Order: sequence, then structure tokens, then C-alpha cells
Amino acid sequence: MQGLPSESTLANQSLWPLGVYALLVLAMLAAVVIISALIGPRHSARRRDLPYESGMPPTGTAALRFPVHFYVVALAFLIFDLEVAFLFAWAVAARDVGWLGYIELVVFIVMLLAGLVYLWAKGALDWGASPANAATPVAEEIDG
Amino acid sequence: MLDIREMELNMGPQHPSTHGVLRLILYLDGETVVDCKPVMGYLHRGTEKLMETRNYYQNVPFTDRTDYLAAPYMNLGYVEAVEKLAGWEVPERAQYVRTAIAELTRIASHLLWLGTHAMDIGAQTMVLWTMREREVVLDFFESALGDRLTTSAFRPGGLRRELPDGWIDAVLAFCKTFPDRIDEYEALLSRNRIWLARTVGVGVISGQDAIDLGLSGPMLRGSGVPYDIRKEMPYAAYDKVDFDIAVEEECDSYARYLVRLVEMRQAVLIVEQCLDALPEGPIQGKVPKTHKIEAGREVYHVVESPRGELGYYIVSSGTGVPYKCKIRAPSFVNLQSLTPMSIGRLVADVVTIIGTLDIVLGDVDR
Amino acid sequence: MSGTLDVIVRMVLTLALAMASASMLVWVERRLLAAFQDRYGPNRVGPFGLLQLVADSIKLFTKEDWTPPFADRVPFILAPTIIVATGLLSFAVVPFTAAGALVDLNIGVLYFLALSSLSVYSIMLAGMASNSKYSLLGAVRAAGQMISYELAMGLSVASVVALAGSFNLREIVAAQEGLPYVVLQPVAFLIFLIAGLAESKRSPFDLPEAENEIVAGYHTEYSSMKFAFFFLGEYLALVLFSSIATALFLGGGNGPWLPTIVWFAIKMAAIIYVFIWVRATFPRVRYDRLMAFGWKILVPVAILNLLVTGALVVARSAGG
Repeated sequence: MQGLPSESTLANQSLWPLGVYALLVLAMLAAVVIISALIGPRHSARRRDLPYESGMPPTGTAALRFPVHFYVVALAFLIFDLEVAFLFAWAVAARDVGWLGYIELVVFIVMLLAGLVYLWAKGALDWGASPANAATPVAEEIDG
Repeated sequence: MLDIREMELNMGPQHPSTHGVLRLILYLDGETVVDCKPVMGYLHRGTEKLMETRNYYQNVPFTDRTDYLAAPYMNLGYVEAVEKLAGWEVPERAQYVRTAIAELTRIASHLLWLGTHAMDIGAQTMVLWTMREREVVLDFFESALGDRLTTSAFRPGGLRRELPDGWIDAVLAFCKTFPDRIDEYEALLSRNRIWLARTVGVGVISGQDAIDLGLSGPMLRGSGVPYDIRKEMPYAAYDKVDFDIAVEEECDSYARYLVRLVEMRQAVLIVEQCLDALPEGPIQGKVPKTHKIEAGREVYHVVESPRGELGYYIVSSGTGVPYKCKIRAPSFVNLQSLTPMSIGRLVADVVTIIGTLDIVLGDVDR
Repeated sequence: MSGTLDVIVRMVLTLALAMASASMLVWVERRLLAAFQDRYGPNRVGPFGLLQLVADSIKLFTKEDWTPPFADRVPFILAPTIIVATGLLSFAVVPFTAAGALVDLNIGVLYFLALSSLSVYSIMLAGMASNSKYSLLGAVRAAGQMISYELAMGLSVASVVALAGSFNLREIVAAQEGLPYVVLQPVAFLIFLIAGLAESKRSPFDLPEAENEIVAGYHTEYSSMKFAFFFLGEYLALVLFSSIATALFLGGGNGPWLPTIVWFAIKMAAIIYVFIWVRATFPRVRYDRLMAFGWKILVPVAILNLLVTGALVVARSAGG
């Protein structure tokens, strides 16, 4: 009975070591951050309290809008990652659900691929520098 | 402030890949460059003005410090301009030695370019490999000229001193092995998919645009214009050696990469020919002690530095000090093409484009 | 009580092993890169420069711990700890020894994937909280890159899960007793390695911190140990991905004669060597190419691979 979540492992071992381990890790990290903050020196100097921008005083704020493109990718990721979660559910039970499950998987994946093809066709997967907008005639640049 | 669409970002003067203290003001839409304004002058030292206060001989070290990566070439352009201005004779042996050292300079300069250009694109191994060979070339400079970077290689009338014993054999031995090293570089980059993706089609400038902008050197020859001053207006001993000029038609960063690789291979051939045919005789010609040149003369002399057309315009004052000395710096002129090449590209491409320009800020700002 | 003691020993061992291998890796990488690049690398502090990392950590520890006044304080401090915490916590399920991992989790693979997704938060928070333009650019790059490659990674792992029929890393290793899955799943193995490179932000996918383009990316404004944490996190991720790859594809600690942990270490070292080799060889890819590669090549190939794998698995179980 490989396929199902193996009840044997859950029964044999509780999860407390993981909890303790997590606490241990967090305690260690906190200690490092606090100690290094305590033993580090302090400096102050003119213009030190500015974000780094190649040695120039920053122009404007960093809190700017980003192109919608990034959100499209984030949305696509959300959808696909959710679907991958379903794929995992099938993967672990592949032997038990047999051909019927496999056919359902194929249908599911075809829909998933259709989504990908749609994104592709819509240009959601193409970024910035397309050859079209790169070839700005220099003469125009100079005149303008 | 959320209604501002473009991010205004300072790239430089303190930035890892602006090759010195170049400052670019980038206007970004996400990562796409909407506009790009180069700001220069952070390394301006008034070299041209300073040259009006020293005599012709003392001015040589100033030229070292403009394009410090190709100092002997800066010296060559200057001393030849002065010789032309005054009509001083240069012995044939000195001409050959100058040509050999000038081509070694081209090798050293292109090696540094290749290393840093590759590093800007993220291939960090290349820079250490090219430094390995550049070190050898700099050792040649040190033993023959007394210094590695700011060589003050030549003086009006010839060279300061004769080549040291064994120097010629050492250089010829290097010329034997160096083409294999170039093969190594090519093995790492020339057919690397990522390298091709980062350089092919990036930084495109057509041949006509390149001429319109006054570009020169590999920037021009990478755009399919076969123009090389070493062939067009030969100086030193370039008319006595046999070499080809490198031309590529693709107009992009990869084409310029290929041009510079071929130039290194050709430089090896030129050095070999010069040293094989090196005539006997004095290495320094007769030059008046005071360096006095009669008033009212003027000269414009160009040489093909590793970066392009390097010109010196000198006006005499009647004393040993020039009245005016103007340098036509190839980096400065080539930098003009940065903005048209960058617009519409990604930030990562701007880095490629700065690299492919092969600018030296000492040369841009002077 | 002996059970409790055993668990505590293994807990400390896991933590020590993870920290030690990650920090040793800094030295290994510097020496190996030096060898590729025809130079010496660190060789002054201690034998073969081994103590270099001690010197480096003392230096970083005693540097000024600066929280910039323009930054958002809480997320700024939280961000570097998240990346190290997720890295270290993931090691709880890595089956280093024959006895298995610290916790023999029946959803080990999912636990690993979940934590590696969480590490995106670290980068994103660091970049947003810094309130600096270079940081923001790095963070946005990192977020896009990491989520895109996570997808491909998840899909490649799904094929292995289908083969083994379990999420438990120990059981997956046990299922490879005769034949490591790299033979059955070469495509998934490659996808996992590439995605692992991208997830741990290693060259040629080191765009979020591409110093030639955006200075130091998301950690531009960091100093002292908080800065070091990002590097520790990166190296932990490298060790983690290579160890998970070992468990999923190379049969974990399976092997003749030598003890399990030695086999595990050898296989891990081989993968790490490849990672460093890649770093010495390749230039950095550009952002648009990176995203296109992830979505247009890796994801479809991984999906097709899963389909083929699924058909074979079902056919075998139905036939046998």
C-alpha cells in the first residue's frame, strides 16, 4: 500500500521534534541578529541616511508603480501553482486511480496547457526589449 | 507620487559597470529604458589646458593619463603630432619599435575590454583569463619603457632608450602562444548560447548612423564600414607591414566583439613583422634641446587607437610650449551612441552597451 | 528517554551539518572558482585558507548593524532571517543518514516545496522595505524569477512522486534501491537542477543580485550579519537543492560498501561541483530570456514529462 499517505510514519513519530527544531533555529537567528546589533560600532556622517543610488542623492521615491506585466505573471503563477497542487494529489495516487485517473489527468493538463498557450499567444510571456521598439532610427533621436 | 510612470534611476558615478565615473540618468518603465542621459565630467582634470603650461617633452606624461588603458597609443599620437608640427626626423628603427609597442598596447587594451565586457555580462572567468595575458604585455612595457600603466613610452624624435636585451625574443615567444589564448577565449564565449543571447542584436547601430555620429574604431568597423586610419593614412611603420582590417556587417555588440578579437590576432602579426624586420640604427633622432618650434604652425594628426580615431590638434607658440593642444578623444565621441542604442532596451542591455562602447572615462573627460 | 535523547542529538547534528556545509561551501566555491580561473583563491588564513570563513564571519559580526532610517524597520530586519530560517527548517526532512531525516515527514516533498516558496517573501520584503530603487528592482526580478521556476520545479518533482507513489523522502530513496530515478527521469532531473539554480539565485540566474546591473539588488542597503544572512541563505539553498536532488534522483545514501552519509555527501558534492562549474562558465541571462525560458520551455517540457511518466506508471501497475 505505497500510494496512500503512510499511516505508519505518522503513528511512529510525532511532530514535536520539528517544532522544537523550528524554535531552536529561530532562537539562534534572533541571537545572531541581536548580538551583531549590540557589538557592531556606530557611525554617523553627513548624507549617510540616504538610500544608495550610485553615489548621487536619490531623485524621487522608490515607491513607484510597476508595469502590469509583473502582476500578470503573478496571476499566472497562482493559477498554475494551484493546478500543480492537484497534480500532486494525482501523482501520489497514480497507481490506485489507474487509467481512469490518468485520462482525467490528461483532460486537466490539456486545459492547463490551453491556458499556457493563451498566455503565450497574448504575449504575457514576452518581456520588454522586443526588436521592434529597439530599432529607433538614430537620425530621429538626434533631430528630436 | 504614484502617478509618475517612469522611475528615474542614477546609474553611476559609483556603479560597478559604468567603467569609471560615468553617470547615466535612466528613465525606466519597469526594466525598460525610456530615456538615458549620460552625465560626464567627474574625471575632468583640464589636461588640455595643462598642456599649454609645459613644454612639448614634458607634456608626454599628461597624455598617459587620458586614456590610461592605452597609454603608449596616446603617447604615439602626441609625439607624432609634435614631430609633424616641428618637422623633426624619426629614425626608422624607432618607427618600427613604436609600431610594435603600439600594437602590444592594442592587445593589452582589448584584453581588458574583453575581460570587463564579459564580466559585465556575468561571465566572471573571462576577466581573470585576460588579465593573465595582459600581465605579460604589461611586463613587456615595464622592462622596455620603465612603467606598466602610465608608460610615457615615446618622446618627440624617437624613444628614450634602446630596447633591453632579450626583449624582442620574449615578445616573439609571447606572439607564438597568444593566438592559442584567443582560441581559448573564443571557446568559452563565441558559441555560448547565453553570450549570443546577450550580445547578438543588442546595441545595434547601422553603418550610416555610425558615420553620422562620428563613431570610429571597432564601433565603426563592427557596423560594416571598413575604415581604419592605419590603412587610410598610415603613420609610424604601418605602411611597411602587412595586415587586414577587421570588418563585421552585423552592427551589434557581437559584431564588435568579433572585430576586436580579429584585431588582437592581427596585432600579433604586426608585432611579429615589426620585430622580425627591425632595422639597425639609432633609436632617437636629433631634436633641439629647447624643443623650440616656430610660431604660427598648426597640425592635426590622427592615429587609430584601440578605441578609435585619436586626434591631436596642436598650435605652436614660438617657444618650447604649445599655444593650444586639443585632443579628439575617441571615447568621448563614441559615447554619443549610448543613448540611441539604449532606448527601448532593458537595464541589462545598457550594461552590455556600455561594455561594447569600450569607453575610458579618463579619455572622455580628459 | 533514549528516544528523546536520540532526537535531540539528531536535531543538533542536522543544524550543525546544515550550517557547517553551507559555510564550508563558501570556501569550497572560492577555491574551486579560483582553480577554474587560474588563480589561488583564499590560502592565507589557516591551512589551505580554511579559516578564511572564520575571519570573514568575525569581520561581518563586528561591522555596524545599520537599519536605515528610510527603511521599514520590521520587515527590514525580518527579511534576512526568513531566508535563513526557511533554509535551515527545510533540512529537517533531508534523509542524510540511514535512519532518515530529523523528522520522517510523510509529506516531506511538499514541506520542502512550501518552504522554498516562503523564501520568496524574504527577498520581496527586503527589496520593498529597503525603500531604495536598486533594492526594489532586485526584489521584483527575484519574485518573478522565483515563482516562475518554482512551477517547473514542482512539476518535475511531481513525476518523481508519481514514480515512487509517496511524498516521503525516505520512502522515495528506498524506492530507488535498485535504480536511481535519474535513469528513469533524466528530463525531470535536468529541470530540477535548472530550477534549483534559479531558485537559489545562482549564476547564470543571479539576476536579483546582478552587481553589474543593479549593484547588489535586494540586499543593497544591508550590512553586517543581516547582509551575511542573505549569503548564508543562498548557500543553504544551494546545499538544500543539491541534497534534495540527491534524495529524489540519485538514490540518496544508497550505495555499496560506504556508509549512507558518505554516499549522500559524495553525490551532493558532485551536484554542487556542477553548480559551481556552471557559475564559472556561463554569462548571466537577461530577464526577458529568463522568464521566457521558464514559461515557454521548462513548464511545457515538465508537463509533457509528467504525462509520459504518468502513462508509464499506470501501464506498469495495471499490467503487473
